[in-house]
Order: sequence, then C-alpha cells, then structure tokens
Amino acid sequence: MSESQTPSLSVAPGTSAPEAGTHRTPAIELSQATVTFGRGKQATPALSSTTLRVQDGEFVALVGPSGCGKSTILRLVSGLLRPTTGAVIVGGREVAARALRVGMAFQNPTMLPWMTIEQNIMLPLKIVQPYKASYRRERKGAFRDKAHALLAQVGLKGFAGKYPWQLSGGMLQRANLCRALIHEPRMLLLDEPFGALDQFTREELWGILQDLWLAHRPTVLLVTHDLREAGFLASRICVMSARPGRILDDSPVDFARPRTVPMTFEPDFVALNQRLREFIVSARAGAAPVEAH
Amino acid sequence: MLDLRIKQRIVAALLIVLFFAGWEVFCIASGMSDLILPRPSEIMVTLWQRFPILWPHILQTLGSTMLGFGLGVVLGVFLGCIIGASRTAYDTVYPLLIGFSSIPKVAIVPILVLWFGSGTVPAVLTSLSICFFPIAVNIATGLATTEPEMEDVLKALGASKLEILWNVGLPRTMPFFFASLKVAITYAFVGTVLAETVASNRGIGNVMMSAASSFNVPLLFAGLFILAGLGVILYAIFSLIEGRVTGWANRKNDFAAA
Repeated sequence: MSESQTPSLSVAPGTSAPEAGTHRTPAIELSQATVTFGRGKQATPALSSTTLRVQDGEFVALVGPSGCGKSTILRLVSGLLRPTTGAVIVGGREVAARALRVGMAFQNPTMLPWMTIEQNIMLPLKIVQPYKASYRRERKGAFRDKAHALLAQVGLKGFAGKYPWQLSGGMLQRANLCRALIHEPRMLLLDEPFGALDQFTREELWGILQDLWLAHRPTVLLVTHDLREAGFLASRICVMSARPGRILDDSPVDFARPRTVPMTFEPDFVALNQRLREFIVSARAGAAPVEAH
Repeated sequence: MLDLRIKQRIVAALLIVLFFAGWEVFCIASGMSDLILPRPSEIMVTLWQRFPILWPHILQTLGSTMLGFGLGVVLGVFLGCIIGASRTAYDTVYPLLIGFSSIPKVAIVPILVLWFGSGTVPAVLTSLSICFFPIAVNIATGLATTEPEMEDVLKALGASKLEILWNVGLPRTMPFFFASLKVAITYAFVGTVLAETVASNRGIGNVMMSAASSFNVPLLFAGLFILAGLGVILYAIFSLIEGRVTGWANRKNDFAAA
C-alpha cells in the first residue's frame, strides 16, 4: 500500500517514454482515438476522435447519454478493443491486452456460482503474475488473508464462505469490487457498477468505493449515468456527446474528501449537477432532434 | 419435508411393483402364451437359472459399453470444447457432426465389421459413435452460455483462452455435461447391443439373438431385463456423481445433498 501512495513515481523507469509535453506520464492517454464497428456500408462509428488524459491515481467519471461510447472507452483502455485510428497509451505503452491486468467491474457482478465468495475474489490471483506462481501455496494462507481483509473493508466480514446466491445484489457488487482490487491493479475500470441497485444501497456503495480508492489509490475510470454518483466519487468528470461519442466537457470536482451523501444536496454540488445535466440534455437533443418531451 | 420425500419414494416404488404385478395378472388372465409375452416371474426364474451362463456375456456387454462410453466422453468433450471455443470450428464441425449423428448406426456396423472383423471392436466403436454426440452438443452449449462480462474481466487480467476455459468455461458446462452423460450412457448400451446383435458371438445382444432364433422367449426377455437393469444402475451412479459435483446448479433442493 505504501508504494501506491506515491503516484508520481509509479511508472517504471524502464518503460519507453511517451510523447513529451507533460512533466508526468499520464496513466491513460487516448490521442485522437476513434472506433468504428463493421466495415463499408455497415460501418457504425462508436467513438469519434477522442483525446483524454488521466493522471495516475485520478478518479475520472465518464457521463453521457446512453449508447454514447462510454463503455467503448473502457474497452479501449482495458485492451479488449483496439482503436480503429489513433492511439491508446496506458502506463506509457501502447495497449495490448496481455500486459495490463487491470481490474474491471460491470453492472452484472458475474460471481461464479460454484465458488464461494472467497474463491471468487481470489480468482484474479490465479491468473495474474506474480500471484499466479504461488497461488497453490498461498491460497489457504496469505492470499486468503488478503481476501478476508478486503471483504472486511467493504463490510462483508463473515461472508467469505458463502455462495453467491446466498448474498443480495448489493453484497455481490461489493464482492465484485473486491475481486477487481485483489491483485492491486494500478487501474480500475468500472462500467455502471451500481446501475442495478436501489438508491440507498447505491449511496452506501459510493462510500465504500471512495474508501477503497482513498486506501489503495488506483487510477479509476468510472462509467455512469448517475450525475450524483459521478459528483460524489470523481475527481474529474468528462461529459460525452451522443453516439458517435466525443468528450464535450471536462471539469474537475474539488469537493473535499471524504465526501458524504448529504454533501450531494448542497448548493455547489447541485449547481455542478445542473451544469452537467444541461450538457447531456443538449447532447441528447443533438442525437434525436425530433424527440418531444 | 423429509417425510414427504420418503412418502414419494414409497409411492413410486409401489407403482413400479404394481406395473409388474399388472403385467403378471394380464398374462395369466388372458392366457397369453409365453412364446409371445412371458410373465415377469417366469423371466426372473429364467434369469436366475441361466445366470452362470449369462454372467460372462453381461461382463462382455458391460465392458464394451463402458469402453465405448469412456472413449465417447473423451471425444465428445474434445469436440464440444472445439465447437464451443471457435466460431470457425462451430461452422465446420457442427454440420458434419449433425450429419454423422443422423446416420442410423445399424448402417455403420457392417462397415466396422469389414474394417475390424466381428467381435468386441465393432461393439465398442458403435457405442462410441452413438454416445459422443449428446456430450459434444451439451459441452458446446455450456461454453456458449459463459457471460461475456466474465470473459472481459478475465481477458483484461491477461488470462489466456485456456485459462478462461479451465476456470470458467468448463466448470460452467458441468451441469450440461452430466445431463448429457446420463443420456449418453443409455445410448452407449444401445450401440453395444446393436453391434453384438449383428456381428458378435458374445455379449447380451448375441444371447438375445440366439434366444430369438430358438424361440426361447423368456431368455430373450431376460436379456432385456439385464440391459434395462444395467442402464438404470449406471444412470443412478451418474446421477449421484452429478449431485455431488454440480449441486450449485440445483440450489432449490438441499444444497450438495442430492
């Protein structure tokens, strides 16, 4: 944990230098990346030329109308998708799926039903080096302690031995966060992780995610359609246009941390929400001009 | 809860006994000749008397079936993994597989005899050829139902295709796999007996063939009883293993206790 609190030193010195211009290597850099699905007449642009820089340890939220390419950006950054044109540089290197080992969490918690929560959470350790090499030896020792410590952090102490179907949706989503973080990734990619939860569970999980972020300080990209969620969690919010998406607005969020739910009803916060909301409304209007309210 | 279960079992057992009793009564009441439909009691007596002679044939049939079934499982799992994992394989292998499984297996026994001579080999191969299909299809289906999000999570971690298959794909197919095993084991018997009937001088199929030609109808039915009994026993064994391995898929019953 101590090394993760010195973000400016986190890029290994051996990696090739990115383009000059900033004094610090950004953790994520999209330069004029575009994505088009299909070819020829069926070609559908999903992302128009997008440039985005995220510093190491930042918490960036992507908001925008549905289908605007927010998830496409996550897939680009994780290496699951290659840009049609432009470049995606993560950790100083061009993205290649094998090298990243980022933590991901989706709206669907996808816990494997035949494993206990503890086993589910330890799954990344089975796959990612250097943990993989000692998995057999440590799964009942150090790795299990690690899993239990994370579970305790998200308030799931005592649920390690339960099976996924014995947990509620909110609990599964907490476990999902644990699974995304167990291998101490430098980067956490979250795609509407709380989208399927009720209001109160969601607010509770914002607090938990904030605590996890403050404790581990990974770089986070959060895709969400909830503006309060973005304002509560993020240190920067990027608003995207309708499909094919591009970034319309990029605002820092300077509220003091740790933030609380009551803060989201204060005038400054509400004003921020209002401003973002107008961006999105106009972005949607651009996509569907005949839509009547 | 448990009482209800035991009650259900007792009722089921009684109904089965009733079925055989009804058969017995029907034969006696209608004066049915045992050349057409022997009474169950008669069949059991024949079975008991002829058992020492039947025993090696039972072992022969059981051995051929298990060997054919074992090979069928290996082939089925292999083909299922290929079909489930690759789009190209799906498009090429699947039509071939469906074509092959549509061929009546009686038709391939003569070919097998031509290649390998009569005896155990055609029996094993027929049983193999008939039982790998449901396994392959079920494995492929199981692999196809893997959640795309789960695959994304693992790919983003740098997992290889093999690691995804091993950690997520195959465990997920287990309920499908065991369901197919129960079907496949009964198919395997059909294959063995088929080949034994046509081209072998050993095995239950052969016994039934010679019993039929000498109008020993009770012995013919005794052969059927043996086959049915073996099928039920093996089905039960796989059900038991299934309950142990894939209890997670049937959570509405007592978990892992079935």
